Amino acid sequence: MGGFLLRRIGQGLLVVIGVTVIVFIATRMVGDPVKVMLPLSATDAQRAAFAQQIGLDRPIATQFVDFVSDMARLDFGDSLWQRRPALDVVLERLPNTLKLIGAGLGLAILLSLPLGAIAALRPGGWVDRTTVFVGLFGLSLPQFWFGLLMIVFFAVTLGWLPTSGMGGARYYILPAITLALPSLARLVMLVRSSMIDELNQQYVRTARAKGLHFKRVVMVHAMRNTLVPFVTLAGWELISALAGYTVVVETVFAWPGLGLTAMQAIQKSDLFLLQAIVFTVAVLIVVINVGLDVIYKLIDPRIRLA
Amino acid sequence: MSVSANSTGTPLLEVEKLKVEFDTRRGLVQGLRGVTLSIGRGETLGVVGESGSGKSVTAQAVMGLIDLPGRIASGDIRWKGRSLLGSDGERYARDIRGKEVAMVFQDPMTSLNPVLKIGTQIGEVLERHLGMTRAQARNRAEELLAAVGISAPGRRLDQYPHEFSGGMRQRVMIAMAIACEPELLIADEPTTALDVTIQAQILELLAELQQSLGLSVVLITHDLGVVAGLCHRVAVMYAGQIIETGLAEDVFERPAHPYTQGLLRSTPRLDEVSDRLVSIEGTPPNLVTPPEGCSFQQRCPLSGEACRKAPKLEHIRPDAEAACWRPSVPAWATPLMSPTFP
Repeated sequence: MGGFLLRRIGQGLLVVIGVTVIVFIATRMVGDPVKVMLPLSATDAQRAAFAQQIGLDRPIATQFVDFVSDMARLDFGDSLWQRRPALDVVLERLPNTLKLIGAGLGLAILLSLPLGAIAALRPGGWVDRTTVFVGLFGLSLPQFWFGLLMIVFFAVTLGWLPTSGMGGARYYILPAITLALPSLARLVMLVRSSMIDELNQQYVRTARAKGLHFKRVVMVHAMRNTLVPFVTLAGWELISALAGYTVVVETVFAWPGLGLTAMQAIQKSDLFLLQAIVFTVAVLIVVINVGLDVIYKLIDPRIRLA
Repeated sequence: MSVSANSTGTPLLEVEKLKVEFDTRRGLVQGLRGVTLSIGRGETLGVVGESGSGKSVTAQAVMGLIDLPGRIASGDIRWKGRSLLGSDGERYARDIRGKEVAMVFQDPMTSLNPVLKIGTQIGEVLERHLGMTRAQARNRAEELLAAVGISAPGRRLDQYPHEFSGGMRQRVMIAMAIACEPELLIADEPTTALDVTIQAQILELLAELQQSLGLSVVLITHDLGVVAGLCHRVAVMYAGQIIETGLAEDVFERPAHPYTQGLLRSTPRLDEVSDRLVSIEGTPPNLVTPPEGCSFQQRCPLSGEACRKAPKLEHIRPDAEAACWRPSVPAWATPLMSPTFP
């Protein structure tokens, strides 16, 4: 296990280095960052001064060496928009995003397991049909639109919940549900079909012939096997939320997290801030993947860590 | 019929006129068409027949494993005289299944849960039926593994099924089945999925356990050799019915039903030289629309007018029964085979 972790962390570092290189190429060599970051009205003199200030006047190889050594020291430069180190901005906003993901994905995971299992026990029953319907609904509905509908109905018309922003627990309800819906839909469909498969396996028949209580047959024997594909998908949902869904949800609900910050950085052409965000998300994804591998091993002993 | 053997009093298990149906897309399949049998204490019954004859369905019905689209249409299953069907019966059945009557399945590769430790899978039976604590169950599971011939049982408890070979897994299945010292063990083709050399070991183990625990055994197989070696009595099934039953050596020596004769005739023997394998012509009838009368008539060399009416299982000797209008008549000329070499 220890050797495995070291190897995976090593591989993760390679991924992060790859991401770094791509970010460098994307920001320096595709298009001119000076043009992107300065307003159209800037004079040539201003442009030249700015290029010199951020080191863009030097040869590309020197820039790359500096860039890599800055990254290694976690120095991403100052955010032009916020006028302070980009990493500070990221670390300030990241916890908000993690809290939102925790609430949304936690909701999806906690609901999908029992709902999917109950649906699987009686395929064609009313719980099953409701689940499949809600699943299709959640998969088909555009997330941003669903979020807007929720705001219109629960915040504006009924006035029960705040429309946007971050605050107490009430502020979490709408964004968490919006973030959870498509994930819940995918997870519940997976649990359902996987449980239907598992309940037809020979080992379930053995467990029943042993006279075990029905609850144990379902919750221990079948569920344990269902968790293997479930963890795969839940991990994918977590990564997708981090790298995409939260951008949408945070924008709709003006949630002060990393996703909204990424949107703002793009709008304000704040390349250094954007670099810091991309780098942070890449590192998080690597960490999540290592964590998932460890969880797999705990659930399914047949998986060898190599 | 009552095939109860030399035991007295109530038999352990009685199956009476059991009908099982499966609602499939092709129509209602009559899996079991009135099966009656009983097993006394310490007795070993072999159930033979080809695939689809209803051997396994009978076992599954006893263990409560008939699932939709299947259902028990009529008949009764009694354990020590008490029905296992109906809502009262099912409550009773839940407590005896795995405890007083246990089952070993055909495929040990898929019959164990791949993600639970062997110790957990054996222990949970003990916790469920004997109210043992986890620690007690673990100790007992270790003894059980030793009893079925698994070495280093203490270490094996913490391993998973994929770390065991097929034969070893079947030993684990047997350990699990005998965990609560059951009175009846149903073994559904316990050796079919195993290597020939391992088959003999598993059968030997079953025979030993049967002796030492005084187990009654129902051995379901299509291997007549296995039955000959292990069983007191044998029931031959065909198209969802028992068509012949009797003491094992009698049935092998003087098969009464033409199907039994055909089955024995198609078993290759080492002591006779033959240049080809013999089979019974034709295929078993479709159980969606079973034929009127005797279900074997289409394949039977002896079939005649009388066979249009279904024969009942009737005594042909004091302890043997057959469902045939012309029992004990040789259906094929003997020596059965085509050209034999001198």
